[in-house]
Amino acid sequence: MTSPAVAQAPSAPPKPVQRLADRVFSGAALTAGSLILATLAAVAAFLVVQSVPAITTDPEDISILAGENFWSYVVPLVFGTIWSAAIALVMAVPVAIGIALFISHYAPRRLAQGLGYIIDLLAAVPSVVFGLWGANTLAPAVQPFYSWLTENLGWFPLFAPPASGTGRTILTAAVVLAVMILPIITALCREIFLQTPVLHEEAALALGATRWEMIRIAVLPFGRAGIISAAMLGLGRALGETMAVAMVLSSSGAITFALLTSSNPSTIAANIALSFPEAYGYNVNLLIATGLMLFAITLVINALARYVINRRKEFSGAN
Amino acid sequence: MAQTVAAPPQGKAPLNRPSNGQMSNVYASGRLGKPVPWIVLGISLAVSVAIFALFQMASGDAYNVAGAIVLTGVLNGLFIYITALLVEGVRQAKDRLVTTLVSSAFIIALAPLISLFITVLSRGTARFDLQLFSESMRNVVGEGGGVLHAIVGTLIMTGIATVISVPIGLLTSIYLVEYGRGALARAITFFVDVMTGIPSIVAGLFAYALFTLIFGPGIRLGIAGAVALSVLMIPVVVRSSEEMLRLVPNELREAAFALGVPKWLTILKVVLPTSIAGITTGVMLAIARVIGETAPLLVAAGFTQNMNYNPFDGRMQSLPVFVYSSYVSQGTDAQAYIDRAWAAALTLILIVMALNLIARIVARIFSPKLGR
Repeated sequence: MTSPAVAQAPSAPPKPVQRLADRVFSGAALTAGSLILATLAAVAAFLVVQSVPAITTDPEDISILAGENFWSYVVPLVFGTIWSAAIALVMAVPVAIGIALFISHYAPRRLAQGLGYIIDLLAAVPSVVFGLWGANTLAPAVQPFYSWLTENLGWFPLFAPPASGTGRTILTAAVVLAVMILPIITALCREIFLQTPVLHEEAALALGATRWEMIRIAVLPFGRAGIISAAMLGLGRALGETMAVAMVLSSSGAITFALLTSSNPSTIAANIALSFPEAYGYNVNLLIATGLMLFAITLVINALARYVINRRKEFSGAN
Repeated sequence: MAQTVAAPPQGKAPLNRPSNGQMSNVYASGRLGKPVPWIVLGISLAVSVAIFALFQMASGDAYNVAGAIVLTGVLNGLFIYITALLVEGVRQAKDRLVTTLVSSAFIIALAPLISLFITVLSRGTARFDLQLFSESMRNVVGEGGGVLHAIVGTLIMTGIATVISVPIGLLTSIYLVEYGRGALARAITFFVDVMTGIPSIVAGLFAYALFTLIFGPGIRLGIAGAVALSVLMIPVVVRSSEEMLRLVPNELREAAFALGVPKWLTILKVVLPTSIAGITTGVMLAIARVIGETAPLLVAAGFTQNMNYNPFDGRMQSLPVFVYSSYVSQGTDAQAYIDRAWAAALTLILIVMALNLIARIVARIFSPKLGR
């Protein structure tokens, strides 16, 4: 192949025979692939088309707005969406890293895969069941704890009193969200930790490092980009999660950072789910416009996360 | 792996044999023995159980199990750190503390899972009877009634979504693995990844907007729900099939080409049969993912109390939406609605678990032995 005689031969490569079936088949594959791009474009286009009336129409004609500005309706929802997802992320990421380390470096080898399946079971539970569980089991269970927190740590802005009587606060919703995004962050982190070069780990151990020191100097630096993008994918999930928040959170539409009171901001997705079945006329367009904002937010975050993963793919092994 | 640091194999360690005949290991001196962490755990469990027993006697409330478990974890971390600090030094102490933290992270994740399964099982069995699976909710106000209409709706909509998604998803993955080169393939890969992150409710809004343009505003159809589900399902199918197709060894393709087999026939007769088990698994996991979706169906297919076999005419109920709507709008006899919601949730979990289990079995039994 690499002999100079062949390399210098000025002949064009022989054209492979193109059969009809070949062309049909590759054409079908190409069409299917392009259809996906078209679908994504169509999602964006349809949402934009349906949202335009919500912004151009006089707010007096949209009954949900009750005469207020479009943005004064959307901003609390955007705030609630980002705030609840951020709390969920803060709770989920350390636990997920812990679980991933436990499965990849601490648990006995024979158990490791089974333990991974158990965490994946969490991902298999439908979100509506999480919603039922959060509203009926978790919220009453944590309510006494919330009362205790507001009584004893009420000076701390996040725990400002009065405590909600039902326990269905934004913190409870965020706990449910954290449980729901735990599996995806764990699975990605586990993959990354397992791909740490064994030689790096053994070198660290041979220098006398304890297991934690080995993880700190070999495993975590290697997986940093992967951990960040796993967290961002989890964030994307938490932003778009609908039913759990809709069923757990009792919202009032206020912008507040207090976690334990009964006045909580709602999220975009939960608000759509709660209002859409009864919506009519321009209200539908308004809700679709909020959905478009959610789509834009998650699209940016997911694209960023995937970009980070793809950029580091060659040498971090995170995917 | 690193456990050998703490306890090197007895045979290889240089042994001092003092005159009294007792063996002492140089490497094992100044180290905590293997059972010590478990003993510490036992002590902290006993202490916290005792503390909360005192609390209970003082206040007369019910025993606070959760509090006892949390205190056990905290005390265990504290005790093991102090013990190791005294015997082994600060580096080992940190190591043991992290071991405790990492293990408790796993237990923290198990807690909601166990609690959820216990709750669903105990509350779902109240109405988990034959009537639930043989009747719809038509003309039911209080007790009685069933979820047959929801099960039928779920099967129809998920079935249509599968019929739409599998050919598109499979062909796309074939394009990416066998044909795709250059910018288009890269763009498709990237946007498939991005598409897996689309919020499910946005998919529902898309399907609603699409069918609104065709049929006019306020339309709710089973087929719209199916379209919404397939928007969520296609990327999952593409990702899993793509991974499976990439596992097929290139030697097989080259052997077929060498025999003069055209490319499309090679894919159809060599590549796909080799990877069919993995693809089936991926498709079943994708079905398991979308069968529990609530938000898109709530938006696109609506909810109803009646049986509806026709996806092109009128609203269609589904299991997850049934759970949601009977929880949100409880009628006169609230307990009956709650019981039905839990029973439907139990049914849903059983279906999803069964799909997951079958998928794993298919993957294990039918996957080709590639000899790696």
